[in-house]
Amino acid sequence: MLKKMQFVFLIVAVLLMAVTVTQAQDDVFRVAAVAPSATNDLAFSQSMYDALMLIQGEMGADKFEFVFQDGTFVVDDAAVALREWATSGEYDLIIAHGSQYGTIIEELAPEFPDVSFAWGTDVNTFGLDNVFAYTAAAGEGGFVNGALAALMTKTGKIGVVGPIEVGDAKLYVDGFVAGAAAANPDVEVFVTYIQSFSDVPLATEAANTHIANGADILTGSAQMVVGAIAVAQEQGALWFGTQASQAELSAGAGVMFQVYRWDVVLRDIMASIAEGKLGGEAYTLTLANGGLVMEQGGYGK
Amino acid sequence: MPSHSQRLLQNILNRLLDMVPTLLALVLAFLVASILLFALGADPGTAINSMLQGAFGTENATAETLVKATPILFVAIGISIAFRGGVINIGGEGQMIAGAVAGVTTALVLKDAPAIITIPMSLVMGFISGAFYGGIAGFLRAYFGVNEILSTIMLNQVAVQLMNYLLNNPLLDPAELGTNHIPKTARILAEHQLPRLTINLPEVLVSIFGHADLFAKTRLHYGLIIAIVLAILTYILLWRTTIGYRIRAVGQNERAARYAGINVKRQMMLSLVLAGGFAGLAGVVQVLGLQYRLQTDGSPAGFTASAGFNGIVAALFGGLNPIGAIPASAFFGGLLVGAQKMQRDLGVPAALITAINGLIVVFVVSSQIFTQRRQRRRANIAVATVDMPEADEPVQPVLEEVV
Amino acid sequence: MNEIFTASVFASAIRLATPYIFAGLGETFSQRSGVLNLGVDGIMLMGAFTGFYAVYITENLLIGVLVAMLTGLVMGLAVAFISVTLKAEQGISGIGVYLFGLGLSELLFQKLIGTPKSIVGFTAISIPGLSDIQFLGIGEIFFRHNLLVYVAFALVPISAYVLNRTPLGLMIRAVGQNPQAADAMGINVARVRYFTVTLGGVMSGLAGASLSIALLKVFQQNLTSGMGFIAVALVYFGGWRPFGILAGAMLFSFVNALQLQISGIGVDIPAEFAVMAPYVITIITLIFASKRTEKPTALTKPFERGE
Repeated sequence: MLKKMQFVFLIVAVLLMAVTVTQAQDDVFRVAAVAPSATNDLAFSQSMYDALMLIQGEMGADKFEFVFQDGTFVVDDAAVALREWATSGEYDLIIAHGSQYGTIIEELAPEFPDVSFAWGTDVNTFGLDNVFAYTAAAGEGGFVNGALAALMTKTGKIGVVGPIEVGDAKLYVDGFVAGAAAANPDVEVFVTYIQSFSDVPLATEAANTHIANGADILTGSAQMVVGAIAVAQEQGALWFGTQASQAELSAGAGVMFQVYRWDVVLRDIMASIAEGKLGGEAYTLTLANGGLVMEQGGYGK
Repeated sequence: MPSHSQRLLQNILNRLLDMVPTLLALVLAFLVASILLFALGADPGTAINSMLQGAFGTENATAETLVKATPILFVAIGISIAFRGGVINIGGEGQMIAGAVAGVTTALVLKDAPAIITIPMSLVMGFISGAFYGGIAGFLRAYFGVNEILSTIMLNQVAVQLMNYLLNNPLLDPAELGTNHIPKTARILAEHQLPRLTINLPEVLVSIFGHADLFAKTRLHYGLIIAIVLAILTYILLWRTTIGYRIRAVGQNERAARYAGINVKRQMMLSLVLAGGFAGLAGVVQVLGLQYRLQTDGSPAGFTASAGFNGIVAALFGGLNPIGAIPASAFFGGLLVGAQKMQRDLGVPAALITAINGLIVVFVVSSQIFTQRRQRRRANIAVATVDMPEADEPVQPVLEEVV
Repeated sequence: MNEIFTASVFASAIRLATPYIFAGLGETFSQRSGVLNLGVDGIMLMGAFTGFYAVYITENLLIGVLVAMLTGLVMGLAVAFISVTLKAEQGISGIGVYLFGLGLSELLFQKLIGTPKSIVGFTAISIPGLSDIQFLGIGEIFFRHNLLVYVAFALVPISAYVLNRTPLGLMIRAVGQNPQAADAMGINVARVRYFTVTLGGVMSGLAGASLSIALLKVFQQNLTSGMGFIAVALVYFGGWRPFGILAGAMLFSFVNALQLQISGIGVDIPAEFAVMAPYVITIITLIFASKRTEKPTALTKPFERGE
């Protein structure tokens, strides 16, 4: 019996060593990420997917690998995925891309102190030293867009289509309104929150309503604005966007887009992890640090 | 005359044979799903393996399956009652939300009370709130002739907007005021959460599992036990009490029930009240046992994970019998959790999972006819041999409307 | 007040109502014959995608419409097979069909197109003369829409005529009211139901196309956002009568257009309550509207000969 036990111990020890050795030699950086909508939403989820693709392109697929579970708008499903990745111990960084995932991270991270987590958009690391938080100062690009729009409008009316008055959507819209007021106080900005991140028909009709009320410039945040972009194009209005570039979809109607460059944050986080620092830091994308980029659309080109 | 044990054996055998069409339907559904997987360049064998692994492969996977099954089971119990009572309740989503809102509010208001008061009060308030919300549809149906399909579809949307409003305003976590303003409530105190469920294994089984405390370090919580107990109690209610008899009588033949002196309107309302109450419990248990706070992404499914709909399917898979709903919910939970695992392992889009889910529902529901034929043939034989048909033989209720 | 009840709000209501009218009329035929199809939303999504994709590839709107209708036809046939031949529980098989359509349309979108693209879809046709009527804004409200909007509204009286005045309509109603008697009279119950359910599928496909290639001119995952379920609800609202469905669709859409206008011009009410309004008002209206409508007696009941 004792011999058998010893044998088992030996095996376990060898296996453990093998694992440690492979991990030490392994210079592949592995990321697992969960996001609420599709990776092709031209908005929030796509902004993270694009960032991961960009880094993979720079480092090479043999140095940087990632798995991406998209469409996980059910918070509980995200919890299952995050727990599984954390348990597996295979990932250098686990990203929960959505402010609704905060409670999960708060719960999960203390259980896995050796695993590094990142989540956003928020600034709260819960006082844990294995959690990074990231957010975007979406109000900055919103301000730029709003000021530009106020200078460009001929009717003096601008329409905004927002999802729910929360998070970076709220920051963007508030910034936009402030920017417009700063550039030209006489310009009226009308804001409609349609109470959904996904209701394309309602968002589209909200855009139609703005146009009917005299708006000649539209903007909006989140993935349900695609129909509103089509409205802008058809009605000869101009479109300002945020989160990801919608230049291709908006063609000649697109003026300016605030693009989230999460790769800026990700590079910092990866550098931290390389130094053995697994979290405790909150990052904010700004125009100054290059995390927010204003990209020109097809208008006037 | 066959002996008692022979009859029992025969009965069990029949029940097992009844499952054959369902299993065949599942195989067919997976065959069709395989075509989709092939088209996406994924190996169906790996996919199914990954799915099984994700559903039951590890202790944690099994726990997640049961966690997923818990709200589905609550809803399915209620749906079983509603169907038996002749009403269709597709308002589970809204009723779950109503229950969760009331439950979390109660837990936050009674934050200074001991757990022994706060937890039961939250559960009760969740049930009452869901029951009230289901009752609205029942009331409109019984006294204004507003069809419950219409009202429940509409009320689901109303519920989610009410939740959005409350979470954005009076229930908003004070910590969110200055920052991101994410619509969520404050966190329920640790002592007011439903405890995690660990099963202490008997000596014999310890060697098999390697440790004594099964499901330790998983998210499995006491909601499951509550659901199972209520499933059994509901079974008793439906088949062993006068209330249950009346509900079923209305569902089976409304006109006959009316002639028998049963207040049909009241029974229909009761069916929807109970169905709503159970959906409400599903909602409050999700918050108390799992999420510890209520938050919204603006859509109903973001919170409910569509349990309000999946519960309907599970209820039918369970033969509209609350006890049958237990394995049916576990199956459905496993399916959903396993599919997510497949999505992760194979890197297929979430959309594929939704499509496969739909295929399985369609195929399994379509296979019911063969099961029913078997049951009917058996009942005929039983009558022919002057053998008493089983009292609890599930008979498909005929859905009739108030004329 | 004048700022709220503008002509454009009424025009907006008519646009919003269009998909509900297509899908609701189709569902009416199906339910009148005794089959509840809860999978309308799934068929709409598939119609929306395939129609969009066809236009994206061929740049031909007619082909887009036909492809969407064909998709609806195939899915309608499948629903008919499930609920008529296999006699599956209709409420539940419908949920399955919905999930299938929801998943498959998004999957195809991701694999075939990849990201939201724009197309040249149906544009508004101003009807000469009529569209210039200034009186009460009639021209703007009724006569400056895209072709599919006109088609949807034209289908309302046509459907009513077919259901109430033709032998086909009589057959459909007979099958829905008393399939045994219909069967005894020599009507092939199954065949009639196959026809109506498939027709319902075609109309749902068309409803989807009216979104993706006419009203929105874009496709995205879950484009309909549950519109198909509302359409089913409106069939109950309309009491299984085409004009009732028109009324329901217009009421629901009008309140929706109104709430968009109210928040659009900056009236300060909580957005949640504005968005909730169409649902609440639809229910309340039904409470005070006619309470007794002739519901197809055999609805959701599979037909068994010699029962």
